[in-house]
Amino acid sequence: MADAAHTPNEADARAQFGAFAFSAENKKTADMYVGRYPAGRQQSAVMALLDLAQRQVGEETHTQGWLPVPVIEYVASYLGMPYMRAYEVATFYTMYNLAPVGRFHVQVCGTTPCMLRGSDDIMAACKNRGLVKGATTPDGMFTLNEVECMGNCASAPMVQINDDNYEDLDYDSMTAILQDLSDGKQPKVGTQLPGRHTVEPYGGATTLQAMVDKNHDYRGEY
Amino acid sequence: MPKVTVDGLELEVPAGATVLQACEMAGKEIPRFCYHERLSIAGNCRMCLVEVAPGPPKPQASCALPATEGQIIKTDSPMVKKAREGVMEFLLINHPLDCPICDQGGECDLQDQSVAYGRGASRFEENKRAVTEKYMGPIVKTAMTRCIQCTRCVRFTEEVAGIEEVGAIGRGENMQITTYLEHAMQSELSGNVVDLCPVGALTSKPYAFEARPWELKKTPSIDVMDAVGTNIRLDSRGRAVLRALPRINDDVNEEWASDKTRHAVDGLTHRRLDKPYIRKDGKLVAASWAEAFEVIKANWSGDAAVIAGDQVDCETMFAARALAGASMLEGRQTGLAYDTSSLSAVNFNTTIAGVENADVILLVGSDLRREAPLVNTRIQNAIRKRGAKVFAIGPVTDLTYKVEWLGDDLSALAKAPKALADALNAAERPAIIVGGGALRYEGVHGAALAFASKYKLVRDGWNGFNVLHFAAARMGGLMLGYAHDGGIKALAAKSPKLAFFLAADEADYSLFAGSFKVYVGHHGDNGAHHADVILPGAAYSEKSGTYVNLEGRVQRGERAVFPPGDAREDWAIFRALSDVLGKRLPFDSLEALRVEMFNAVPALGVEGLADYGWSEPTLPSAVNGKIADYPIKDFYLTNAICRASETMQRCSAELVHGTQYLEAAE
Repeated sequence: MADAAHTPNEADARAQFGAFAFSAENKKTADMYVGRYPAGRQQSAVMALLDLAQRQVGEETHTQGWLPVPVIEYVASYLGMPYMRAYEVATFYTMYNLAPVGRFHVQVCGTTPCMLRGSDDIMAACKNRGLVKGATTPDGMFTLNEVECMGNCASAPMVQINDDNYEDLDYDSMTAILQDLSDGKQPKVGTQLPGRHTVEPYGGATTLQAMVDKNHDYRGEY
Repeated sequence: MPKVTVDGLELEVPAGATVLQACEMAGKEIPRFCYHERLSIAGNCRMCLVEVAPGPPKPQASCALPATEGQIIKTDSPMVKKAREGVMEFLLINHPLDCPICDQGGECDLQDQSVAYGRGASRFEENKRAVTEKYMGPIVKTAMTRCIQCTRCVRFTEEVAGIEEVGAIGRGENMQITTYLEHAMQSELSGNVVDLCPVGALTSKPYAFEARPWELKKTPSIDVMDAVGTNIRLDSRGRAVLRALPRINDDVNEEWASDKTRHAVDGLTHRRLDKPYIRKDGKLVAASWAEAFEVIKANWSGDAAVIAGDQVDCETMFAARALAGASMLEGRQTGLAYDTSSLSAVNFNTTIAGVENADVILLVGSDLRREAPLVNTRIQNAIRKRGAKVFAIGPVTDLTYKVEWLGDDLSALAKAPKALADALNAAERPAIIVGGGALRYEGVHGAALAFASKYKLVRDGWNGFNVLHFAAARMGGLMLGYAHDGGIKALAAKSPKLAFFLAADEADYSLFAGSFKVYVGHHGDNGAHHADVILPGAAYSEKSGTYVNLEGRVQRGERAVFPPGDAREDWAIFRALSDVLGKRLPFDSLEALRVEMFNAVPALGVEGLADYGWSEPTLPSAVNGKIADYPIKDFYLTNAICRASETMQRCSAELVHGTQYLEAAE
C-alpha cells in the first residue's frame, strides 16, 4: 500500500461528514440487509452497510465514494458494534476506499496472467492520459490503482472501473474507454474483442473439440 | 478421555484437550507465540506445528487441533523440526535485529525460541518491512516493526479487559496492530499486553531502557493498591523497585495485574519521608529518632488511638495495637461505620474465583471497574462464559460489560424490581456485591443482608453475599479489631490525647484537632501535612508483611528493598518507641511478632482463605435515598504511593481528565 493515497485528516473528515446518516432509501436497504441475519447477529451486515455508506458518500460528493472515519463510526453504531471492529473490516477489504477517489475509480489488474497478456500497456494508456497510480486527476475524474487478481484471467488483461469490468484490453481500447468516460459516454462493458461475448474460447475451441456440438464421452479414450 | 501417544508415550488426556495440551501433559515443550492458556485460540503464528497421525501428511497446528482417541503425535520428528525452522525463518524475515536496544531482550519468547528452534541463519536478503509506531497510551510503548501479529493483545483487550479498542488493520504484509485511531487504551488493565506480547513490540513505557531482566532481584510480594491482593513479583536493582509484575495465582489475579499495581512503583522513590520530623511553631523540622520519641513520650498517657491507612500490613497494625491498646482502633478512614460483629457479613464470601460461577449478580453502589478491576474481569467472564445476568443499583457507569441498571434509588434493595426478582428466583447461584459506595448509607448493610436471606443467596455450597472493600488493609484490620463502634467519628469524639496514624492519608484530620498526632508512614502526603510528629516508615515493598484480601485470603509478601534514609520498618518503630514509653513490647524480631500475632488472631497464621463461618448480624434494614456517586473518583490517584508516582499522575491527567500530551519527536 505504499502507493495508496493518504487518508485525509481526521478532524477535516469529522467536520465534513460528522452528521452522516443513511438517506431514507438507504436506511430501508440497510434494514433489509440487517434483517437477513438472525437476532443478535446484526453485525454480520457490516460489509453490506459499509458499501452502502460508501455509495451514499459517493452520491453526496459526485465521486465513487469513500469511508471517512465518522461514516465508519456511524455504521458501527448502527449495528451496535465497537468502532474498532468496523474499522478493521473497512481497512481489510480493498473495495472500501479510505481516501477520496474520483468520478471513476480505475483499478488495473497487474497480477501474473494480466501482466503476461499486457497489463503494462494498459498502465501506459492510463499514464498517457495523465492518470497517476494512487492519485486522482486534478479534474477529479479518474483515480488509478493497481490491484491484484480480479478473477478475469480468461479475458486478461482487464480493468475494473466503478462497478464494471472491461476485459481483453489493449493500449488502444483502454485509451478509447477512458476517452468515452471523460466524454460522458458509456463504453461497452465486458470484453472488448469483436465477436466475443464473455470468456468463451476466442476463435473456436482448441480443446474438447468433440464436445462443441454435442455431449461426448471421453472416458473410453483415456 | 481420549488416549493419545506423544513421542511413543501413551497417555490419557481430558476430553476437549488440544494436541498442544496433550503434548504438554506428556512433558514436551511446544514452542508457541499466539497460543495463550487464558485467551481464545487464534492459531495464526504456526509455531506449534507437530506431526499427527491419522491426518493429512503435513504438520498441523497443535494449539487448534483437538486431541482424539488413538492419535499418534510426534513432536521431535525431522518433519516437525523442519517445519519449526521454516516458520521461525518466516517470522524473522520482517523482525528487526535490534535486540541490543530492545527492552524485551532477555525475556523475549522470539529470542528464546529462535535459539531453541530456529535455523541459525537467514536466507532473506531483501529489505525488511517497517511499521510506524502506534500510540497506545501512557503505559504501553510500541515498536510495531517488531510485531509478529500473534494478536494476543487484541484478544486480551477484548476478552479480559473488555474493551474493543485494539485491533488489526490492513491485511497481509500491511497488517498492523493498533488502537482505534491511535487513541490511548481506556483500560485499567492495559499493562498486561506488555507481558503478553511475545516480542518487543509492546513494552512498558515507564520502564523503558531502565534495566535488563537478569540484573534484577525478584521478590514475591502482595500488591496493596486495591483489596484484591494481587500476587506480584517486585523486580529491584540496588535500592529501587523498578517494576512490579503479576505472579500466577488462579484464585486471585490469574496472571493479570492492574495498571496501578504495575506502574505505581515509581512513586516509591518520590516524596518519601526519610527522617523523623517534629512540628515546632507550626513548622515541621527534621529531628533525630530520640528527639521524636521524647516528644511522643511527653504526650503519652498509657493508651492512644490508632488510625490505620489503606495499605498497612497486619504486622504493623498488630504492633501498634500492642503498644496503644485495643480500645481506640479504626481503619475505615473515610468514615464508614458498618457493623463488624460478624466478619462474614463484610467479606467477599463468594470468593474472587467463585464469582465466575454466579448466574445472577446484583451490584449495589459498586464501581467494580475502578474499585477492583480484577474482580470486574471475573464478572465479565461469568457473563461471557456462563451467560450470567448482571443488575446494578447506582449511577450508570461503564463497567465494560452489559449491565441492567436499576437506577440509583436504594429502595430497589428493599423491594426488588420484577426483572431482578424473577431472575433471582430462577437463579441457581445468585450473588450480591455491596460496594463501599453503598455502605456509606444507613441501613444498606442491613437491607443487603435481608435481601440475601429473602432470595436465599446463601445456600448449600454457595454463599452469594459479598461486600467489596478496596483497601488492602481492610480485612486484616477488621480481623485485628481495627473497627470502632460508630466509625472514626465516634472514635474522634473520645478525644484521644495521642493518636497514631499508620500511613493514613485519607482520614479527616480536622476531627483530631485536639489530639497529638503521630504519623507513621512512608509518603509526605495528606497525613504528614497534619502530623505533629512524623516517624518515617516502610512502604509495602520495604517490609515483609501479611495482607488479607477482600475475600479473606491471608497472603504474605516479602521485603524487596530497604526503606530510604532513616526510615525503618513500622513494627520496629513501635518496638523502639515502646522502650522509650516504658511499655516494652514482647518481640524483638518479625518472627517473634508474628508468633504473638498468630496467638492473638490464629487465622492470620494460616495462608489461604480464612474461615469466618457464616452468621448474620441483625441490623436495621430501612433504606431510603439515592446513591449519589462512587467513592473512587480517580482510579489512578487513590493512595499516597500513586499520588507520588509520575506515571500515575500522567495516566490520571490523560485517561481521566483528558489532557493531551504531544509525543516528542525522536
